Amino acid sequence: MGRTIAEKVLSDRSGSDARAGDIVKAEVDYVMVNDVTGPIAFREFSKLGTDRIMRDRIVLVPDHYVPAKDVASAEQAREMREFARRYDIANYYEVGRSGVCHQLMVEEGFAAPGRLIVGADSHSCTYGGLNAFSTGIGSTEAAAVFATGRMWFRVPESIRIALSGRLKEHVGGKDLILRIIGDIGTEGASYRSMEFCGDAASLSVSDRLSVCNMAVEAGAKAAVFPCDSLTESYMKGRARGDWRPVSPDPDASYADELEYSLSDLVPYVACPSSPANCMPAAECGAAIDQAYLGSCTNGRIEDMREAASILKGRRVHPDVRMIVAPASKEVYGMMADEGLIRVFLDAGAYVSGPTCGACLGGHMGVLASGEAAVSSTNRNFLGRMGHRDSKVYLAGPAVVAASAVAGRIVPPEGVA
Amino acid sequence: MTVYRGTVRRFGDDVDTDMIIPAERLLAENLGHLGDFVFEKCRPGFADTVGKGDILVAGRNFGCGSSREHAPMALMQAGFSCVIAESFARIFYRNSLNIGLPVIECRLDAADGETAEADTEAGRVSVGGREYSFDGYTGFIAELVEAGGLMNLVREGRF
Repeated sequence: MGRTIAEKVLSDRSGSDARAGDIVKAEVDYVMVNDVTGPIAFREFSKLGTDRIMRDRIVLVPDHYVPAKDVASAEQAREMREFARRYDIANYYEVGRSGVCHQLMVEEGFAAPGRLIVGADSHSCTYGGLNAFSTGIGSTEAAAVFATGRMWFRVPESIRIALSGRLKEHVGGKDLILRIIGDIGTEGASYRSMEFCGDAASLSVSDRLSVCNMAVEAGAKAAVFPCDSLTESYMKGRARGDWRPVSPDPDASYADELEYSLSDLVPYVACPSSPANCMPAAECGAAIDQAYLGSCTNGRIEDMREAASILKGRRVHPDVRMIVAPASKEVYGMMADEGLIRVFLDAGAYVSGPTCGACLGGHMGVLASGEAAVSSTNRNFLGRMGHRDSKVYLAGPAVVAASAVAGRIVPPEGVA
Repeated sequence: MTVYRGTVRRFGDDVDTDMIIPAERLLAENLGHLGDFVFEKCRPGFADTVGKGDILVAGRNFGCGSSREHAPMALMQAGFSCVIAESFARIFYRNSLNIGLPVIECRLDAADGETAEADTEAGRVSVGGREYSFDGYTGFIAELVEAGGLMNLVREGRF
């Protein structure tokens, strides 16, 4: 019997014949922690009382509460900085040279085809957009990887998702994943790996990263795209070290098979308070107070270009504030070079540097009671972006921009 | 200890980690008293009502969302002795095993305020005279639980 991508990567890294349902111990290529999950990992590691540490495999990215919003978050950020110094960890990304952790992992070439990567952040499944097998773990688990370079995995069953057709204008990876989660539900892929196949040519690397990023909202352990020419050209000059694409065997066994025609997709929103609460944006119409563009899901240059193309020559609705937070310094720089910051400023939007802040209701765009936001982020749980009586509608960059102009949730063609 | 006896605190499906403890509490300075904030957004004042040993009973997909280990830590610090749910989200499940919060996958017909008793070794739960059984931990997971979490295995050179 052939093997899925999950089975191949985990077999390779565990030196065993890893099959769905098995539990294996596998060598990981990289482990990432951020400023929220890091402190627990640092304390657990320190308790071991050893200086033996897998320093070259560790990536430390402060992103959730930086630039520090108060003294407590400043102390927390310092804990990471000091851990990096104490253990001589080169892959520490300071404010101003950094960004949202998952975007950094991709831009800095840690994520690459065929790799096994873990992160103490649930959206660590993002790197499957580049044909890596990656998944979220806990902080204590991250500390174990610091010490051993290994992690245990239950080899997941896989769901094969066959793609065909081509995306229409203003429809992106976010719309595909919102539709999938809407169809299968918040635990429709629990403990499983989503394995995409078929014609993904119209999905950019950025789109694929958005899709894989939100796989966890359906409970998935991982989501993986095939490696193609788009992947290869993205990796050029970026990847650290060697990499080898991984593809499934033709006779691999799948727990389920789904098919999506990309041509049939429209711009969607996930209404409060579940990422599975999916409807076409054209049917929503909800009034909004805030439009947020950013995050590991949709804070890349392609997202900024998409939103700017809609905002150019238009104004954000008088009753709406729009906040734009690129996912990294690299994206921020490209926005400057391409004149996109000017487009957002002229439209009446606020443009900040990279941070996770508002996505998790932390800072830089928290919602008051009764307020509603359309957001390019990944979660719309109760109170996620602020007060318990605030609401979040998840959407792609085109819907966020169009809704910012209209003052209510509309698809891109809804703005004159 | 393998037997947990306590008052049922009932929750539904899709209890996410933001509900268990919101992101604005995830600061290192709170690590010693995360229990104070448990369910503060969906059930304000709830933390004050949790008695030592209470048993959290929920539906499907308990602990979905973020990887924050603060979620099972908050439940333990609040006083919960174990969580029984029809199904768990995977990272929450892993985190709980590592910090010693027993997580039991079992569908229960139990109401708020009833007394439940769970025996993780025998794989049995009883509540209001009703008996339920569940599969105990096996293989590596049993080893992990027995050791009291992954770091103990690392410390002993067994991982």
